[in-house]
Amino acid sequence: MMKARTALLLGSLSAALVAFALTSPRVVAADKVDPVADAKAFQNFFFQKFPNVKHEDFVNGPYSMNEDMKRQWQEKEEFPPYEFALDAGKEMFATPFKNGKTYADCFPNGGIGIRQNYPYFDTGEGKVVTLELALNRCREANGEAPYSYVKDEMASLTAYMAFTSRGKAMDIRIPDDRRALEAFENGKRYFYTRRGQMNFSCASCHVQSPGERIRAEVLAPALGILNALPIYRSEWSGMGTTSRRFITCNSQTRAVPLEPQADEYRDVEYFLSYVANGLPISGPGARP
Amino acid sequence: MPFVLLNTIFCRYLKPRNDALTAFPRKPALLLALVVLTGLAAHPAGAQSAIAEGEKLAFDRGKGNCLTCHVIKGGDLPGTIGPELKDIKAKYPDRNELVAILFDETKRNPQTMMPPFGRNRLLTDQEISAIVDFLQTL
Ligand code: HEC
Ligand code: HEC
Repeated sequence: MMKARTALLLGSLSAALVAFALTSPRVVAADKVDPVADAKAFQNFFFQKFPNVKHEDFVNGPYSMNEDMKRQWQEKEEFPPYEFALDAGKEMFATPFKNGKTYADCFPNGGIGIRQNYPYFDTGEGKVVTLELALNRCREANGEAPYSYVKDEMASLTAYMAFTSRGKAMDIRIPDDRRALEAFENGKRYFYTRRGQMNFSCASCHVQSPGERIRAEVLAPALGILNALPIYRSEWSGMGTTSRRFITCNSQTRAVPLEPQADEYRDVEYFLSYVANGLPISGPGARP
Repeated sequence: MPFVLLNTIFCRYLKPRNDALTAFPRKPALLLALVVLTGLAAHPAGAQSAIAEGEKLAFDRGKGNCLTCHVIKGGDLPGTIGPELKDIKAKYPDRNELVAILFDETKRNPQTMMPPFGRNRLLTDQEISAIVDFLQTL
């Protein structure tokens, strides 16, 4: 009951704040987009809510929240179920396209150890570019058909690229460009907006309830939630890309999912990755 | 403002896009509920079956799916997001309070995780009524 009371209190408190903000232009001005302050508040929220979780452990999703699960997972990591995808990804990465070029030609540093810089804001295009999108653009620029964003080939490629970046701190930049700030703000809004018949926002599950069980599944914290992607899930008996996970979370809560790599998904990925700056890449991950 | 709390605020400004279903007329459901309720009062055997029906609806993954978040006696694999549902009659002697919680808990608590089953047409008024009958036995 305590929990419900606190929630009630917070609810009316923020309602009061809105009313206040609506009548006071000065507060609205002070509320302008400030990603640095947002990232700090976001991280502190989780650090304070889970004082016993080591900061770099948040990137392990549900395992950071539950000791028993963590032990089982550590045993599993000796024979990781994503290994087949890693091997496939490595080979695909090295195999030249029909025109003789490779993925390495499309990326800084030949694509090795760069996962932590994705997504980035492309000032030419004026939009967020995710790793999955960059990989398909690379294919198309070299005369190859794009891969499905939710299937194994894309998961294998991103698994390999994440693996070469393990341990590197997430390092997302917001260039000095009004549109980049808008993309960040748009991603944040998407993340906090309730939708669908169940009336959930992403934050309902991953900010309000991390560590709680929803049926048998332990909810991952939103902090560092993309650092482990792509992930192997026993439930899927296979790998899932970031696109697949977003679509699954939307449709499981009876919200209409967006197209993979829709602007809002790109923006929410930008927001979630930026607020995880400093936390290590841990992908590919494995989930029960 | 700590933006970690912003979700209630956004939902005030932006109409959720996928809520087309809320536009359905409500009269038929109400009428039906009335008919059923009158039936129940006349036949106590009907009350028994409403309780059984309520339990079924509460546990059904395509309907109430209450076990997603609540421990409920007799249900498997409960989640931990909401409080255990027990001693309900002592806590909510007025069944209208329970109907209101199921219809739209965001009225009591704008931040709640609990879906607005009635408002968003996840359950009909009749189904909510049956679930409330079941809750009162817990
Ligand atoms: C009603 C609950 C719910 C909502 C709403 C929800 N998710 Fe999830 N999400 C889950 C569950 C359950 C899992 C699987 C267990 C886990 O890892 O948290 C998950 C997993 C994830 C993961 C993978 C985390 C990992 O480490 O395995 C990501 C990323 C994610 N969700 C993002 C989102 C985004 C973005 C949204 C909003 C578009 C969203 N979720 C909305 C329940 C939800
Ligand atoms: C996704 C989560 C979720 C689902 C699904 C859910 N609830 Fe809840 N429920 C909650 C939470 C959280 C609370 C705590 C009060 C609040 O948040 O306002 C709650 C509170 C309640 C209460 C008040 C309990 C008390 O002790 O005061 C009742 C009764 C209740 N729920 C019944 C149900 C029934 C019946 C169903 C299914 C038809 C259901 N709930 C489905 C999350 C959920």
